[in-house]
Amino acid sequence: MRLEIDIKAKAFKNAAGETQDVLAPVQFSLRDGEVGVLVGPSGCGKSTMLRIILGLDPDFEGAIVRPPEARIGMVFQEPRLLPWRSVEQNVRLAAPDVSDTKLAELFKILELEAHRSHFPGELSLGLARRVALARAFAVEPDILVLDEPLASLDDALAARLREEIATLVASRPVLTLLVTHSIDDAVRLGDRLFFLSPRPARIVAEVPIHIPRAARGDAEISAIKAGLNRRAERDVS
Amino acid sequence: MLRLVSFALFLATWWIAALFVGGPKLPSPTAVLNVMLAEAASGALFLHLGATLARVILAFVLAMSLGSAIGYLMGRNRLADKLGDPWLILLLNLPALVVIVLAYIWAGLTEAAAIAAIAINKLPTAVVTLREGTRALDSALDEMATVFAIPRWRAFRHVVLPQLAPYIAAAARSGLSLVWKIVLVAELLGRPNGVGFEIGVAFQLFDTPRLLAYSLTFAAVVLVIETTLVQPFEARTTRWRPRAA
Repeated sequence: MRLEIDIKAKAFKNAAGETQDVLAPVQFSLRDGEVGVLVGPSGCGKSTMLRIILGLDPDFEGAIVRPPEARIGMVFQEPRLLPWRSVEQNVRLAAPDVSDTKLAELFKILELEAHRSHFPGELSLGLARRVALARAFAVEPDILVLDEPLASLDDALAARLREEIATLVASRPVLTLLVTHSIDDAVRLGDRLFFLSPRPARIVAEVPIHIPRAARGDAEISAIKAGLNRRAERDVS
Repeated sequence: MLRLVSFALFLATWWIAALFVGGPKLPSPTAVLNVMLAEAASGALFLHLGATLARVILAFVLAMSLGSAIGYLMGRNRLADKLGDPWLILLLNLPALVVIVLAYIWAGLTEAAAIAAIAINKLPTAVVTLREGTRALDSALDEMATVFAIPRWRAFRHVVLPQLAPYIAAAARSGLSLVWKIVLVAELLGRPNGVGFEIGVAFQLFDTPRLLAYSLTFAAVVLVIETTLVQPFEARTTRWRPRAA
């Protein structure tokens, strides 16, 4: 499995009819089992880039290369669950072939066992995100895309969910693209970080992290972040 | 309970009014009930009610299925919307009587003409409601279905239809009341049976008890269908919504 992104340009027409560039040329690729992280400020064009990569927006210059049969698991920023289907039914709609054992295992890791038959309207945002995660993993994806999966959660909850994502990725390595504005999330979960500029977005730095995810304790995380800061200062000066 | 009280109040008012007005113009509830029983005993009441109900069902199903399909298409497709819109406005504003008379002139005094005329009257409201429902579809959920590669039909059934269900229920509700009204006109003008036909006869003979007997039985049937079929369907389609306090 390999995902190659080669976006040459993406522009929108604004209300006045003027063309505005959203994305500058962006080029990178990810291998099987690798977690790539797009880090950038809000509004820089991350979501536009994701929509292009997911095939939801064909109106751009360039090419996205991925095997046509690749299964995609996606966690949207807003969980996008169907309010008229229970938690379990939501997962099964996207993953009709998921086995009962697999589903039970996912619900256990994500602590959703008690909520199987609840409707999304009865869930908090944190729980709804977990359901979205369960859905994304239940399809046994070849490509996993996570769009700000920890945004608008309080720190403790975000930390727990981050652990759960790490556990899931460790239990089934998969090509993953994580989009976030949090350096912390990026450093804790990513293998390669791509830092984006403000709009029109381009990659200003690509940083690989060589320490295995499981070995990244607080000390290692601080060291990596310090390294990133030094690098940023050097780039500025 | 409240419903019964309100119904009893209506009957009492009617009774008192009948006492004051009297005569053939406003017969008492018992006089009307006697006609009802006599018509029921002879079988005529059921024959005419049955004929009317059959027309209502056929026209309703025809208009709802065609109207929903057209409305969905117009909501999804800009070209279809542009092409269909002027016709929609025309049909919405065309008096029911014109459609019925023209249908009888062009297709003869036939069953098909009557049902088509009733369906055409109901069609545009179904189209408008379903078009609105389709425009209000959540594109975020569409994208979810696309990203997860949920097959088209499955996505339509489980992602799109539940969002349209409240609109379908609303169209059914308003459509049914429209069909109830129009079917009688169509029968009065060109059918040899049905409640509308009987009301026409009663009108010509100035037979108010008979007119009321048929009208009220018809109203009762409408009420039963509304409460046993339409309302439960509406409740079912929205049961996942948190209840208002």
